[in-house]
Amino acid sequence: MRSLVHVLTALAVIGLAFWAYRENYRTQEALARADTLQSDIATARQRLRMLNAEWAYLNRPDRLMTLVEMNYDKLGLMPLQPHQFGRIDQVAYPPRDTGLTITNPVDVMNDGERP
Amino acid sequence: MIRTPLRPLARILDARRKGENPDAIERENIRLRHEEMRDRARRRAEGRLLVLAGLFLAGFTVIGGQMAVLAQSDPSEPRAGAGATRILAQRADIVDRRGRVLATNFDTHSLYAQPQQMIDPEGAAAKLAEIFPDLDAARLARDFTGKRKFMWIRRTLSPEQKQAVHDIGEPGLLFGPREMRLYPNGRLAAHVLGGAGFGDEGVSAAEVIGVAGIEKALDARLRDPARAHAPLVLSLDLSVQAAMEKVLAGGMSIMNAKGAAGILMDAHSGEVVAISSLPDFDPNNRPAPPAEGAPDDSPLFNRAVQGVYELGSTAKTFTIAQALERGQVAPDTVINTESPMKWGRFTIRDFRDYGRELSVIKVLVKSSNVGTARIAVETGAERQQAFLKELGLLDPVPLEITEAGGSQPLLPPKWSELSTMTISYGHGLAISPLHLAAAYATVVGGGRRVTPTLLHDADRAPGPRVISEDTSATMRDLLRRVVTEGTASLAEVPGYAVAGKTGTADKPKSQGGGYHDDRVIATFAGMFPAHDPRYVIVVTLDEPVETSGSEPRRTAGWTAVPVAAEIIRRTAPLLGLRPEIEQAGAAAIRRTSN
Repeated sequence: MRSLVHVLTALAVIGLAFWAYRENYRTQEALARADTLQSDIATARQRLRMLNAEWAYLNRPDRLMTLVEMNYDKLGLMPLQPHQFGRIDQVAYPPRDTGLTITNPVDVMNDGERP
Repeated sequence: MIRTPLRPLARILDARRKGENPDAIERENIRLRHEEMRDRARRRAEGRLLVLAGLFLAGFTVIGGQMAVLAQSDPSEPRAGAGATRILAQRADIVDRRGRVLATNFDTHSLYAQPQQMIDPEGAAAKLAEIFPDLDAARLARDFTGKRKFMWIRRTLSPEQKQAVHDIGEPGLLFGPREMRLYPNGRLAAHVLGGAGFGDEGVSAAEVIGVAGIEKALDARLRDPARAHAPLVLSLDLSVQAAMEKVLAGGMSIMNAKGAAGILMDAHSGEVVAISSLPDFDPNNRPAPPAEGAPDDSPLFNRAVQGVYELGSTAKTFTIAQALERGQVAPDTVINTESPMKWGRFTIRDFRDYGRELSVIKVLVKSSNVGTARIAVETGAERQQAFLKELGLLDPVPLEITEAGGSQPLLPPKWSELSTMTISYGHGLAISPLHLAAAYATVVGGGRRVTPTLLHDADRAPGPRVISEDTSATMRDLLRRVVTEGTASLAEVPGYAVAGKTGTADKPKSQGGGYHDDRVIATFAGMFPAHDPRYVIVVTLDEPVETSGSEPRRTAGWTAVPVAAEIIRRTAPLLGLRPEIEQAGAAAIRRTSN
């Protein structure tokens, strides 16, 4: 009986040691992964900042104004004028029977909603 | 424990036999027992002290050891924590009220040299001078071959320049990472943003500090690491600001002015939606402050805030508002306006003679100096001073840019009765256009004190009451009539019911000694829509001349007013204001319903 207890204890110690060893390595691995992710996030954020700055630079009012003037023939854009405000009741309802028939039905994918 | 009896029988008997006092034995035993007790107590106390000392020692050792470990260990980010996000930027972005970027950070590199590592110093110097035309090859070569061990060459590099330097292949030329401030919109809102430069510089990093404008005034907030991820939201609107600057620049060149300032401000919250001063500069490449000449000739000079001028008749609004508020006059009270008016050895004249008398309405509409001066004399110097102080016209404006400190109004050294009269029509008291905008917002926006601000904040507590709601409504009517039948008729913008007052003031000579005859500051201060003001606008032109007619015209009605009208026409739709068809008497109906 006594020797059985000794053997079981020894086995338990071996088992626990093995478990601790494995956990230790898994933790190291998780930390290394976390490090990689953090640096990826930092790189992505830095890139995002750069892109935001570039977006702001490309959308600066000066440049947009120049582009609008260059493309006046195609776009015909003008500064917003007071008379361009309208009221909702100034918009005519579309005539009831327009004779429009839908000839190109669109397939709707709903894969994402499937459970 | 065995206790020694106090009166051991053997010794007592022995003593009695010898005829000694047996009590002495008892006392002796008591003494011995007490000594023993005392020794035991002392030993115990000493033991406790020792334990306590041991505990303290252990405690100090632990703390000291931990301190030593902390001091010795390398800093490291917490690796396991999920919230361990790195500090993104050392300086927070600045955005406009709709979140569009006004200032952000940009990663770049600086270039430095370690001449002792160089292989071909002369060749490197020549090639560097090729890449950067502003560098002098001979001087670089001298520096590279001399005794210097380290030198900065460029603070910031573009990626192309970096590649070009890289291609030289010189091991003594090194790059250090830099974060630099970028203003993507260039000159837009330059005077508000100010600019930024490098503070303490090291090879691997440099401090970015604000040098002017809001960058300097709110430097601590922008550099606070806890709030670096949250952008600073300004009250400016990028598209409105751009439209205003464009119109103002056009107006400045048409009117042949040497400078211009424009302010568009929310009439209730005091949030500045657009503020500009021309000429301006590029904050990405801020020019050096002028070493000589008048400060207002430099593009760095912010006319809207630092430009402290006598703003002329626009101040009449305040005189009349105060007289109405006190019940001293009613809008139809008749005032003696015989011109010229003599006061001691001083004469006050009107632009032209308006006859013997005018009603208060007409005094404002026709802009009669004499009439305003008479009203002010009746109000009195002290009351006038107190009222102007309540409006904030006697102190610098508390705007969140460093230049606001330079907006200290110029007051007469002694506030005499004559000063009262001249100040009543805008001479003798020099204030900035921003002062004027804030005071107009106070007068027409319902009578509560409005403090200008550049920060966007939805709930701001209303200021203390300066004039009553009724007086404010009357002033709106009067100012509307200045546009419909008075000096500011060109300010009419269909649909927006502009109200306001013009002001033309002769510029004082810079060396003192009176005023220029042919140099004026033309100002228009107004608001729209007149019955329920949403925005206050102030436009100031420096030395404008309108030359389309047979003779040059300099009055504000011909110069500042058309520019202001064009700004309103362009910006009001951008602000989401729908044009309204004005109905006669709409303002009166609104007032009684309040």
